[in-house]
Amino acid sequence: MKIAVCIKQVPTREWQPRLRDDKTWIREQDVSYEMNEPDAYALEEALRLREKHGGEVVVCSAAPARVQQILREALARGADRALHVEDDALAAADACVTAGALAAAMAEEKFDLVLTGLQSDDQGHAQTGVILAERLGIPHSTIIMEVQVEDGRLRVKRELEGGWFQWIAMPLPALLTIQSGINQLRYATLKGIMAAKKKEIRTVPLAAGLQRTQQIVALAMPSRAKQTQMIGGAASEAAKELVRRLREEARVL
Amino acid sequence: MILVIAEHRQGELNRATWETVVAAQLLAERLGGLPVNVAVPGATGSAAQELAAAGIGDVVTLVDPALEAYTPDAYVMALTGVVASMSPRFVVLPHTYQARDFVPALAARLNKPLITDVTAIAGTADAPTFLRPMFQGKLAAQVRPMGEPPCFVTFQLGAFRADQVKKSSTQSSVTNLAVTIARSAIRQVPEVPFQEAQRAVDLSQAARIVAVGRGIKSKEQLPVAESLAKALGAEIAASRPICDSGWLPMERQIGSSGQTVAPKLYLALGISGAIQHLVGMKGSRTIVAINKDADAPIFEVADYGIVGDLFEIVPAIVAELEKK
Ligand SMILES: Cc1cc2nc3c(=O)[nH]c(=O)nc-3n(C[C@H](O)[C@H](O)[C@H](O)COP(=O)(O)OP(=O)(O)OC[C@H]3O[C@@H](n4cnc5c(N)ncnc54)[C@H](O)[C@@H]3O)c2cc1C
Ligand SMILES: Nc1ncnc2c1ncn2[C@@H]1O[C@H](COP(=O)(O)O)[C@@H](O)[C@H]1O
Repeated sequence: MKIAVCIKQVPTREWQPRLRDDKTWIREQDVSYEMNEPDAYALEEALRLREKHGGEVVVCSAAPARVQQILREALARGADRALHVEDDALAAADACVTAGALAAAMAEEKFDLVLTGLQSDDQGHAQTGVILAERLGIPHSTIIMEVQVEDGRLRVKRELEGGWFQWIAMPLPALLTIQSGINQLRYATLKGIMAAKKKEIRTVPLAAGLQRTQQIVALAMPSRAKQTQMIGGAASEAAKELVRRLREEARVL
Repeated sequence: MILVIAEHRQGELNRATWETVVAAQLLAERLGGLPVNVAVPGATGSAAQELAAAGIGDVVTLVDPALEAYTPDAYVMALTGVVASMSPRFVVLPHTYQARDFVPALAARLNKPLITDVTAIAGTADAPTFLRPMFQGKLAAQVRPMGEPPCFVTFQLGAFRADQVKKSSTQSSVTNLAVTIARSAIRQVPEVPFQEAQRAVDLSQAARIVAVGRGIKSKEQLPVAESLAKALGAEIAASRPICDSGWLPMERQIGSSGQTVAPKLYLALGISGAIQHLVGMKGSRTIVAINKDADAPIFEVADYGIVGDLFEIVPAIVAELEKK
């Protein structure tokens, strides 16, 4: 089976936001990056499917040159090769442009299965995978927690709200958006890191003519609606004050 | 016109649809008083009648056997034609799992913008803008759609209040619209939804809950939180990543894909406060947040907050509780 995994590079969880002067995007020079979390689970799922059914895992990303750091990481974890649509404009691209860019680069590869994360930790559109399926003309299902391949068909467990699930069957080729927690992640071994150095990262230019459909006019810290009573001081004093208020004000102890 | 696409399970409307009606009415007002219409895919149950009775605007039901069990292919096929023929300026839905599953494909097939997870509407009648979280809620973006209408918008659950629907005493009309969907073109075959084995713990009945998030760092540190739960007579619960990692069982997960709780006291330790977590606990009577990041969104819903290292503060609280 020929499997593609779309991965995005996003600011680390510890990153404290700082804005660019025009306040429509972040100051990228301050950021350190990591692999979008659900994408790491998608990659792991692809590696497991390859172990079971054979084939190849190709990681794909549409991003500036900096993304090669996480493409190498994915190769070190076991992906066979990488496809990189490179352009600086992709850093803040919307989901339509990103999916269009990926579709243009991926179409000729004729993947049997395309996996994406369900949502990115930066822009959080929750759209790119589904649009990509539409552009590639293949069926999709979203928020997947289990993948079975039988006789060239897929049977997948889709998460619904509030602890409900549903099995969906569909033909291959297909696209699935993967939910965090679908499996337990593996990390790169030293051997994997050495092997990754020799693996191919193919870089292709951004396809022409992709139209953005939305524009960020301003970015800001979110406004606070609720007046939280902040309790300060050293740990022991704060603890004492909190317990007092829970007993006397809130009366919950 | 603003078109709401209603969501229902076997004809029963969900609350998120009413929240979306409220958002649609606010948007309609901002745009200078546009009418609001509602489309109900699948004509089962009382959904259409309930919407019509509220008198919010014309209701259209889309009728075809293929719409009885939800599939993204059938929904996209049915709605592409309807949206094109009704020419709304905006098409609005709640940001539910179902909307995540088909709306991006629908908007992409029509080559129209989709702005997701919107929490507020701003801007002018000519150029409305939409507020949505980015970077895990650390920032809020004001976003403007580009190109020709319609623009699709999904609204964050809980961002608008369902009880603020402006109803009218005149019943709205219901029109049944036959749509043709070739069964053979539907590629997904859905089975019946189910719940995993019955839960052993029902956190919805707990009076006090101590919930841990990724701030706890490792499974080995869980006793720090458990000692506080013990001192408070509280149940232990967690954010999703803790359950994903297998540190606590899934049945102790709070949030949109876990349990919804409303205890007297909810203590969040090292939880950032993502919306998917908040929807499961923001109905709690008293919320305490302990987090080392003063800007963590959890403080948005907390009654009491302590900024600091949970590994220093939690043992101090336990010691304080054990005094007397
Ligand atoms: C469709 C979907 C469904 C989801 N369903 C759920 C759900 O049901 N429930 C759920 O919880 N999530 C759910 N999520 C995930 C959610 O979006 C967040 O990723 C998750 O809630 C984050 O968990 P967290 O707060 O524990 O981790 P993080 O966001 O990593 O936050 C950790 C926090 O700990 C703080 N911290 C770190 N060290 C310390 C310390 N020493 N002392 C004090 N504080 C510290 C940090 O400042 C940070 O705020 C869902 C996501 C999606 C897309
Ligand atoms: N620039 C990108 N390159 C590769 N994959 C991406 C990119 N942006 C988004 N994706 C994929 O699409 C998923 C959803 O992203 P989003 O629509 O931004 O929430 C992510 O989890 C990734 O798998």
